Formats: sequence, structure tokens, C-alpha cells
Amino acid sequence: MDFPEELKYTEEHEWVQVEGDLVIVGITDFAQDALGDVVFVELPEVGAEVTAGKAFGVVESVKAVSDIYAPVSGTIEEINEELPDAPEVINTSPYGDGWMIKIRLSDPGELDGLMDAAAYQAHIAEEH
Amino acid sequence: MIVGTSGLVLNEKLLFEHSDAGRKGYSLPALDVPAATLPDGLCREEIAGFPELSEVDVVRHFTRLSTWNYGVDSGFYPLGSCTMKYNPKVNEVACRLPGLADVHPATPDHLAQGALTLMYQLQEMLAEISGFPAVSVQPAAGAHGELAGMLAIRAWHEARGNARRTKVLIPDTAHGTNPATAALAGFDVVPIASQGVLTLEEVAAHMTDEVAALMVTNPNTLGLFETNIEAICALVHERGGLVYCDGANLNALLGIARPGDLGIDVMHFNLHKTFATPHGGGGPGSGPVGVRADLAPFLPGPLAVRDGDSYRFAGPPGSVGRLLAFHGNFGIMVRAFAYIRSMGAQGLRHATEMAVLNANYVRARLEGSYHLPYATRSLHEVVFSDRDLPNDCHTLDVAKRLIDYGYHPPTIYFPLVVKGAIMIEPTETESQETLDEFCDAMLAIAGEAGADPELLKNAPVRTRTRRLDETGAARQPRLKWERPC
Repeated sequence: MDFPEELKYTEEHEWVQVEGDLVIVGITDFAQDALGDVVFVELPEVGAEVTAGKAFGVVESVKAVSDIYAPVSGTIEEINEELPDAPEVINTSPYGDGWMIKIRLSDPGELDGLMDAAAYQAHIAEEH
Repeated sequence: MIVGTSGLVLNEKLLFEHSDAGRKGYSLPALDVPAATLPDGLCREEIAGFPELSEVDVVRHFTRLSTWNYGVDSGFYPLGSCTMKYNPKVNEVACRLPGLADVHPATPDHLAQGALTLMYQLQEMLAEISGFPAVSVQPAAGAHGELAGMLAIRAWHEARGNARRTKVLIPDTAHGTNPATAALAGFDVVPIASQGVLTLEEVAAHMTDEVAALMVTNPNTLGLFETNIEAICALVHERGGLVYCDGANLNALLGIARPGDLGIDVMHFNLHKTFATPHGGGGPGSGPVGVRADLAPFLPGPLAVRDGDSYRFAGPPGSVGRLLAFHGNFGIMVRAFAYIRSMGAQGLRHATEMAVLNANYVRARLEGSYHLPYATRSLHEVVFSDRDLPNDCHTLDVAKRLIDYGYHPPTIYFPLVVKGAIMIEPTETESQETLDEFCDAMLAIAGEAGADPELLKNAPVRTRTRRLDETGAARQPRLKWERPC
């Protein structure tokens, strides 16, 4: 499994890519593998407010429905419009075409609470 | 021996594909009155695409489809969390008695005393079984009963001015409907990650003055009894909250422990699980809700109440209201009433004992061949995982292969806390021979996973239709038939 060094991670298996005061969010390779084939994605609307640790969307696979949690607080700047019609890219490209939302950060300090790739891998090993 | 399908197995086309122009299942006498004409615009030129069939075509179509059903009357149905116990036929006789089957729901109370007596006594029997002094039998399904219970909890808090209590704690071993119920009742859900059995510390860490209630399932979805439940209830009460118990797993407790005595405040019953009324395709369900005394005013109503020797519908005073038209699924109440009366107190306790014994028998036979993620003693169901299966075989492959062996698969991939969960609930109504045959099949499949994994990965092979593309069906569902060009 792949966990890019340049990303930050949450305990709930989301990844975060920081670009200034914008962050791109998706779910990790581990999460897509555990879910299995993703068949449905529900994302928030552009302009919606999200709160760190609260669910912002839903991802459904043939096995289960799971909430996706906001890694940081802020405003939804952009969503991946392609995902609802092609949820399979979350399986094939979790860190690329499978990105979900871009959040404009309200508190950059929240980024300090996220894990780096090594800490996230240790978290997965401990959890399973 | 494999008892899959063979021989005279009838496949069946859609009615549209059977159709042939001009066939029909009726014949009308010749017209002997002047023909009338409908005004222009009210008459369609054609009814395009409707199937045209003879009566025998239609009868055979539906009769063949009916033989495709799999139910508790045709075989073992170990669907975990669903309590697919046998539904005794005496209950069907009882609910078809004309005086019960034909009573109109709008009949005035004084002319419906038999039905009211039955509803009142069912409320009383469920109260006695569960330890909750007040019961409403109105909710029409398990999740409906949950909603009734959570609305009552909300009303109880509102009556005390506890507007700040907007959160509900739900451990990850609770039933999947619980978070949806809490959200529908207007609460924010706070999940608790548990380690199998919920601890006092885990609840204490989350139990703030914003929490309205804790929702637990006991025994939980791992089939484990929540051994700390009394201390947990005491803590939640001390901090101003209430405890809701999902009663779907009550089959593990009948005559042994009463949820009301454990400190739980609200619980729903699934008559279609614990009390042997038909479910799955045979429903409808029934989800009565029981509460402790000070929550009784908020129950959905009306309730059947007793005045001396007669009964009527009334109250309760602060009711959250009606949850559906009329009085609930009365035919199901009659079946559950008949079940409870025919089993008796000793019989219900014996059913629970046998349900727990059967689950532990299956556990003992399969343990070692299938990974058991939690070593704690099981109650009425047992959860395995696919962790130790060789050759990249997974839970889904085991489930599909079980179909080749002639069994409805158990619940899979639930609870979510177990990766690749296989959740088996045999219920009390299965004989040791049935359990042995099923366990033999499960053990044979575990062996096949090592010796010939393709048997699992290609399964089912003995069915009309081979493994379906579930992903494709979910991503791009084809919901209607299209005429071939």
C-alpha cells in the first residue's frame, strides 16, 4: 500500500494535501482497500462550512456505508464533480483523481494535529 | 453431500419476454348494447409494450418464481442479527380467526373488546418479560420502535428543560440502524470505539452534560453480553442522561435477564425476531417500545388501557403522537401473543437457553478453522472473520460457496468492527443434526479454501445464475427491462 510522504493523515483514514490556505482531502489507500469497490459518494456543496472531526460526506461500497470526516475546519472551496458518476476512481486513484474536496482553512493550526505518513502507518498497524 | 440445485430446476423469463400479441387471460361475451365512444383525448391509441399472456402463462410464471423463495420453512437460515427462528403455524391459525382477522381498525372500542384485550395483554406480557412498566405496541418495525423510543427520550429531556442535551453516544458494536434513528430524532451522533464489550471508562470519557442518551445493543452485535451495563447505566443516570437498548437481540435474554432491571430506560422489541412472527419477505414487522415509568407519558399512542372489566384506547398524556394510521400491525401482534402464550414463561426461557447453546455449539465446531476475533463467551450469535483463510479467499467467497451447499449465507461484513465478519445466529429452533450439517459445510469450505480456492472464487456454481456483478449493479443499476431492438 502507498502512503505518500508529502501528505498528512487522520486517524479516520483521510489524507490531506496542503496548498497554502487550501487543503485537498480524500481517503487513503488503506481506506479504499478496506471498503472494497466504492459504488456511491455523497459530497457537500461548495460554500458549505465543515468542522474538523465532523462528517462532511458519505462513501458507500458493496460492503458498507461510511462517513468521511473533515480533517480541518473551513469552507468548501471546490468538490470533485467527477466522483458521483465515477466513484471507482477512489479505488483506482485514491490520492489522484479520487480526491474529494478542497477546503479553505479557517484555522491553519489544526494542521499540526494531523499525522505524517510514518505515524499513520504506525496507527494502521496498531489498529489492525 | 452437496444439496444444491439439480434436475427439474425451472428457469423463468420476464412476463414481457413471454408476451405474444393477441394472447389474453379473459373472454368477454359479445356486445349486446350500443357501443359508446369515449371523448377524444381520453383514449390512448395503444398501450405500448404491455405483456399479453394467457392465464396459464401467468399462473406458471408466478408459481415458478414462488419456488425460488428460500425461507425458514425451506431450510437453515443463520442470518446473524436477524433471529430467523421457525414461525410456528399455530400463530398463523390464531391470526386468521375471523373475530381477529376481520375487525375493522375504526370499530368503536366497545365493539372491539377482544382485539383491545389482546393488545392490552400483549403490552402487559412484554412489560413482564422486559421489566419495563409501560409498553406501546404501535410501532410497525424495529427501527420504528427505535424512533419512538428516541422521540420519547427527547420529549423527556424537553419536559425538564434540558435543551443542551443534543448528543447521543453510540458504540461501534450497536446495530446499524441506531445512528440513523438518533439522527432522525434530531440528535448528533457521537460514536464510541469499543474493544468488544463497552467499558465504564469509555462511556465516562464521553458522558458530558450535552449527552441526552447512550444507545447500546445488548447483547451487542458481536454476540457478547455487555457485562458492565449496570455500572454504565448508573453513570449515565448520574450525569443526567438516559440509556436506550436496541432490543433486537432480546432472544438471548428471555427469562434470564430483564433489561429494565439492568438500569436501561427504553427498549424496543422486534416481535418479528424474538417472538417468532414472519419476517424478511413474510413481514410486516412489529416493534413495540417499552419504557420506565417516568417516560410512560411520552409513549406513542393511543395505548390499550383497562377500566375495570373493559378496555379502550387512550393517552398517554404527553405522547409524542401517533406513528402511523390506526393501531400498528395487529395481525403480527396476534401471532406474537399466540407464541408467548403457547411457549409460556418456562418455554421462553428454554428457547433462550437453546439459542445460546446452539450458537456456542457452532462456535465450538468452527473455532480453529475460522478466526474468532473476540474470545469472550458468545450468547445467541457468534462472529468469525476471514483473517485466517488462505489463498486470498474472503468472506464473500465463503458466503457464495455456502449457497452451493444449499444454505442461506449468514450475515457478512457486519458488524463493521470485525474486518470480513461472518455473523452466525442459528436460533433455538434448529436440531443438532441441522447444525452439524451446516458446520460440516463450513468446515469443507475452509478446507476447499486451502486445497482448491477456485471453488470458492467461482461460487456459486450450482445455481441458475452464477456470481452476480454486485459492484456493477450498484454503480450502474438497470432498473427496467428494455425491449430488444
